[in-house]
Amino acid sequence: MTDNNELKRDSIEIEGAVIRFAGDSGDGIQVTGSLFTHGSALLGHDVSTLPDFPAEIRAPVGTLPGVSSFQLNFSSYDIHTPGDQPDVLVAMNPAALKVNLGELAPGGTIILNSDSFTPADLAKADYAVDPREDLTLSGYQVYPIPISSMTVNAVAPSGLGIKQASLCKNMFTLGIVSWLYDRTIEAIIVFIDKRYGNSRPEMAAANKLALQAGYNYAETVEMFTGKFHVSAANLPSGTYRRITGNEATAMGVLAASELSGRPLFYASYPITPASDILHELSKLRHFGVRTVQAEDEIAAMGIAIGAAYGGSLGLTGTSGPGMALKAEAIGLAVMAELPVVVLNVQRGGPSTGLPTKTEQADLLQAMFGRNGESPLAVIAPSGPADCFYMAIEAFRLAIKYMTPVIYLSDGYIANGSEPWRLPTQAELPVINVKFHTDTERPLPYARDPETLARPWIIPGTPGLEHRIGGLEKEDGTGAVSYDSENHQIMVRLRAEKIQRIANDIPLLEVHGPKQGDLLVLGWGSTSGAIRQAVDRASKKGLSIAAAHLRYINPWPLNLGEVLRNYRHVLVPELNSGQLRLLLRAEFLIDIIGLNKVKGRPFLTSEIEAKITEILAGQGTRQQKRKSRQQIASR
Amino acid sequence: MTIQEQPVNFENYQRKDFSSDSDVRWCPGCGDYSILAQMQRVMPAICKEMQIPRENIAFISGIGCSSRFPYYMNTYGFHTIHGRAPTIATGLSLSRPELQVWVITGDGDGLSIGANHLIHALRRNINIKILLFNNRIYGLTKGQYSPTSELGKKTKSSPMGSMETPINPLTTAIVSEATFVARAIATDSKQLQDILLRVAKHKGAAFIEILQNCNVFNDGAFDDYADKSARAERTVTLEHGKPLVFGKDRDKTFTLSPTSAGLGLDIVKMADLPESELIIHNESADHNYLARLLASLDEDDYPVPLGVFRCIDKPRYGELLDDQIKQATLNQGRGVLMDHLRAGDTWQVN
Repeated sequence: MTDNNELKRDSIEIEGAVIRFAGDSGDGIQVTGSLFTHGSALLGHDVSTLPDFPAEIRAPVGTLPGVSSFQLNFSSYDIHTPGDQPDVLVAMNPAALKVNLGELAPGGTIILNSDSFTPADLAKADYAVDPREDLTLSGYQVYPIPISSMTVNAVAPSGLGIKQASLCKNMFTLGIVSWLYDRTIEAIIVFIDKRYGNSRPEMAAANKLALQAGYNYAETVEMFTGKFHVSAANLPSGTYRRITGNEATAMGVLAASELSGRPLFYASYPITPASDILHELSKLRHFGVRTVQAEDEIAAMGIAIGAAYGGSLGLTGTSGPGMALKAEAIGLAVMAELPVVVLNVQRGGPSTGLPTKTEQADLLQAMFGRNGESPLAVIAPSGPADCFYMAIEAFRLAIKYMTPVIYLSDGYIANGSEPWRLPTQAELPVINVKFHTDTERPLPYARDPETLARPWIIPGTPGLEHRIGGLEKEDGTGAVSYDSENHQIMVRLRAEKIQRIANDIPLLEVHGPKQGDLLVLGWGSTSGAIRQAVDRASKKGLSIAAAHLRYINPWPLNLGEVLRNYRHVLVPELNSGQLRLLLRAEFLIDIIGLNKVKGRPFLTSEIEAKITEILAGQGTRQQKRKSRQQIASR
Repeated sequence: MTIQEQPVNFENYQRKDFSSDSDVRWCPGCGDYSILAQMQRVMPAICKEMQIPRENIAFISGIGCSSRFPYYMNTYGFHTIHGRAPTIATGLSLSRPELQVWVITGDGDGLSIGANHLIHALRRNINIKILLFNNRIYGLTKGQYSPTSELGKKTKSSPMGSMETPINPLTTAIVSEATFVARAIATDSKQLQDILLRVAKHKGAAFIEILQNCNVFNDGAFDDYADKSARAERTVTLEHGKPLVFGKDRDKTFTLSPTSAGLGLDIVKMADLPESELIIHNESADHNYLARLLASLDEDDYPVPLGVFRCIDKPRYGELLDDQIKQATLNQGRGVLMDHLRAGDTWQVN
């Protein structure tokens, strides 16, 4: 305690900071960022992160396409996003500086690895002139530090070769930044010991030497004007861990298995950014989890359907291109009315698109991307921790309504992380599974009068042998039927069954006044930025509220009523207006869109600007008319 | 749907216990009728010998004439989508190892749109039994050439002749490391029943090509050797541990061809070959050379081999998966959800 008090004495108290670590994709940037985040979480800060890495496994070292970055927002108050602009940029080479400088806050701090500002590296980053020597960096606080060479010197006692030794430069950097934000390095040492302690003791020693050296350097050189202290955030009490969306999704489906008592069966074909879910679930054999790395996306869907037919929790996961391939088989699950969950961790499209960048452009594909009318449930987690709860929901609904469920996550949620207050067992729902065994009621398509679900009759049940398939079913018996009247009945029944899910999901909650000038409505990963923008606007006295859709098909019963309580409705989406299209069609309300397709999440400031535009301009109609006139006069 | 009033003891099933009340709707004269009949006839023996109840049997099919098969079997059945039956069967078999899972497919379903799944189900040695009805034509879509149609085949979609070399179902299965590979003629009821019984008992991925005549769109495709009068001279029945003998007088056999460095077969008179040089069929050989050689014989120049080409025992995916589950549970203890959520670094906020 004495030590801590001494540390705090000469530090400046701040509410929070946004740091971006950037360097070559081989520089260990993601590890550096994760470790610093981990340290923040342990100090009780609220944290939110945004990793950003190139699609190429290893682009040429030092070039612009090879830049990887990790942004972290940590704070003593409740935050919702990784932050719009970094306050601090750590750039391990000129390319990292060039790619990231534009987003640094005015007057921000830059820590540079000056060893990497050689003519060759400058050329690779397309710098004709060293940016340290012209006006490029004026207005920023720049700290050039010879990180590579000092790391190699510091690590010398471990006996590692120069190449291996210089790999420890991310730890040196972490030492510097740890000092700058007034924190000890113990948690990182614990991590290093865990990772290398037994297997590669020389690496453990080298990393610790580099870390300590960086910390000592920052303390000794008196280069920095001061250090900063961020106090613990005022979070609800409980046990916390840090979690990414993909981790939470994997834990959620595991929880669904444990809560329902049915084994989980995951079939998947590796695809960015969904592969982590396969990796996580493959580690869970001791829970009886079966995983198959299928030969292709279609096979993964087929295997999940086969598992569901047999009474397991059938699950597959993919991203947009994989969804396109699975479409026909998802239609089979609609027709066969089997409970199977399809995870789509969305990325930029169309086609191969932007594998490592985020987007929300698969919503209409999820809704309609199959032949014929094939309705199914669509849900979307609103953030990394919410993935846990929505993954449980996916299976609860799939089983209760005997339907495929599409779960729309995205790259931002999948790789981003936040603190998660762990639930207690009592806080988790119960999932009832009852296989049908009653030979007095043998019909495979006899429906539950309340939910319209058909019974789940699994092979192995005596006396209920029956045949199902993709051909149209006769209502009730499930026999093949080409009858025209029956087809119409079945199309309506399948739609009505999905619609009845609306009776079984929470009403849409509004954050802010129940009526007013503007409602900002989002879905999926935009939740944090919307919430923050709306909070800021409402502090300015604007009549504004936020709401977030986690259930998209069907949506909450009160959605129309909520929308009509506001003069304007704004829907920000990382697509060209897909939810807006659905809402306009259903409710005939002239909803305003804010649409961005840059492979990156919304900045809070972008949503704030749109809010200001709508409310200051007193209605978008005038502005629209004006812009139409401008276009016409060109 | 036929509902059994009382559970049947699986010692006493009859053929009728396996026929559903669906009207069979293949064209009159279709080879599929015989395959269905042999399956229904042999099912009581399968259940009795394997001590398996009817409700533990499932037939999974794709799309095509053959894929209607499950509707006519009074077992569990799933008529899925084109080419994907092996994937659905894989999910079912791996999640429910106690079930006996059959896949019914055809030359288009299994070797064109679904060839990828077929290969991978076989190489993984999934415990499923794949029956491929080969009629060398697309029947359900009314007469286009299929991937097993001969080069030059004239059909509606190839009026000047197909330009494609046909795929060989058996060599495909063998090089995909199927652990049971056989060929039968749909109308040879005795041989087909024998093979179906063996397939049922095989542990692992089994593949059977059944030569089946489409009397509407490709009539007589196999007459040259499938016809009863031609079988003795034009087919050779493979018997494990016995020499490869054929001919009306059972007087002909094969020898490794000296003109192709022993990599081909020549037809010789039994009398001209010392007994010590007879090739003895070994379906359980570690290597697949002989099976491949027999499977690749050109039917225009050689008798067509029928029977079991290969039957070996290899680890099955399902058992390996379940072993991993047992091993992990033994090493780590049965997982506990709340402990799993708390694993790793946590912190307390008060």
